Amino acid sequence: MKSYLRSAVAVYAKDMRLEARTKETFSAVLAFAVIVAFVFGFAFDPSPTVVALVGPGIVWVAYVFTGILGMNRTFAVERDRGTLEGLLLAPVGREAIYAGKLASTTTIMLVVEVLLYPVFLVLFELNLFNIWFVLITIAATVGFSAVGTLFSAIAAHTRAREILLPLLFLPIVLPVIIGAVASTSAALAGDGWDGVGKWLQFIVAFDLVFLVLSSWAFDFVLEE
Amino acid sequence: MGTAGLGIRQALLGLAALLFLIDLYLIFQYAPTASEALGLQVQRIFYFHVPSALLGMISFAVAATASVVYLTKRGRKWDRIAWASAEVGTVFFTVAIGTGAIWAKPVWQTWWVWDVNGTLTFMLWLVFIGYLIVRSYAPTVERGSRWAAVVAIFGAAAVPFVYMAADWWEGLHTERITGPGASGSMQSEIFVTFMFSLVTFLVLFIALVAERTAQRGVEESIEELRREVSA
Repeated sequence: MKSYLRSAVAVYAKDMRLEARTKETFSAVLAFAVIVAFVFGFAFDPSPTVVALVGPGIVWVAYVFTGILGMNRTFAVERDRGTLEGLLLAPVGREAIYAGKLASTTTIMLVVEVLLYPVFLVLFELNLFNIWFVLITIAATVGFSAVGTLFSAIAAHTRAREILLPLLFLPIVLPVIIGAVASTSAALAGDGWDGVGKWLQFIVAFDLVFLVLSSWAFDFVLEE
Repeated sequence: MGTAGLGIRQALLGLAALLFLIDLYLIFQYAPTASEALGLQVQRIFYFHVPSALLGMISFAVAATASVVYLTKRGRKWDRIAWASAEVGTVFFTVAIGTGAIWAKPVWQTWWVWDVNGTLTFMLWLVFIGYLIVRSYAPTVERGSRWAAVVAIFGAAAVPFVYMAADWWEGLHTERITGPGASGSMQSEIFVTFMFSLVTFLVLFIALVAERTAQRGVEESIEELRREVSA
């Protein structure tokens, strides 16, 4: 257990160090997220009544798309530089590699998502600075990364990684998207635990199931 | 090995063809015209719609179960069964979605309703498509099999979540429309026809899955022979 944690933290620290030095994934994903938000301004009339109706939807569409973009790079970077073999040859459990990768993906996504709060506030007067929304963001992002990290390991080994990841990822995380949009509507309407609690528990249950399942399946995915 | 059970498979296909003839007679001659709320004549599409949707769900259960066995026991046979089941299931889901839309348009004045069954069917159909595509992109057959197995298992694990989420969502957003057959008891002729349809589709499903599984087996033996010859 201790060595598992140590290896996972080592993978996580490596990814974070890489990201801190290059800012490759982070900057590209953040720029893309801002563009998505900007384009949404023209997809519908951004008046307060319309925003109240479709706001939660656009926030989560923006998050999901940027998440896909970011997760695609999780293993693609390792593949392209030929470092994946090195990582797999390391005498550590595959679950530890999965956990480290999961943590780094989640961290990058969360940072981008929080940086989008002011963007949505400025462009749509959508106030996401809400404790319930923060909790929903964290829970849903962990769910996305749990599934996405595994599927990005599959996609990275193929010629069609850009198309394969969303194709596999989106149907599976559909419940999280539904839950996130519904609970965001409730949170922004000021419902508190009464409206948000049910969905939040639902998303956390999804996270737990798929964290366990993904760490189990990770070995099968990477096996030559 | 592919020739083993050839007679049984052909008999099954023949039986399915025969059952379909009887089924068509029952649907258009024996079963009474439904009430106006169910769309009168249009309701007869239900004898195809419901069995194909149910068989789609069953095919998913078969694919996911065979995938678990394949990953834990590693018999190629299990992968072939899962693959065949996914292929046939994709066709059944497509039929279910198509017939559902054809029925809903004249009766509910809309092609599509975001209810639990529709959402779940559509989601599983998408998972199956991902399941089939991920194989074609895999560098080796074995990797493709393993990746596809993971996709099927993930899809199955997501089913209860999709079901719950879609159910709550529906309660939140739309007036619940009572599905056909949900209210009142079924007339016995309708019930008999429906059950007969279900059996017919089940036989067709088994026949097609057996056929595809055997074909994959032959394909794999040919591939093996080719490797031996070229080595």
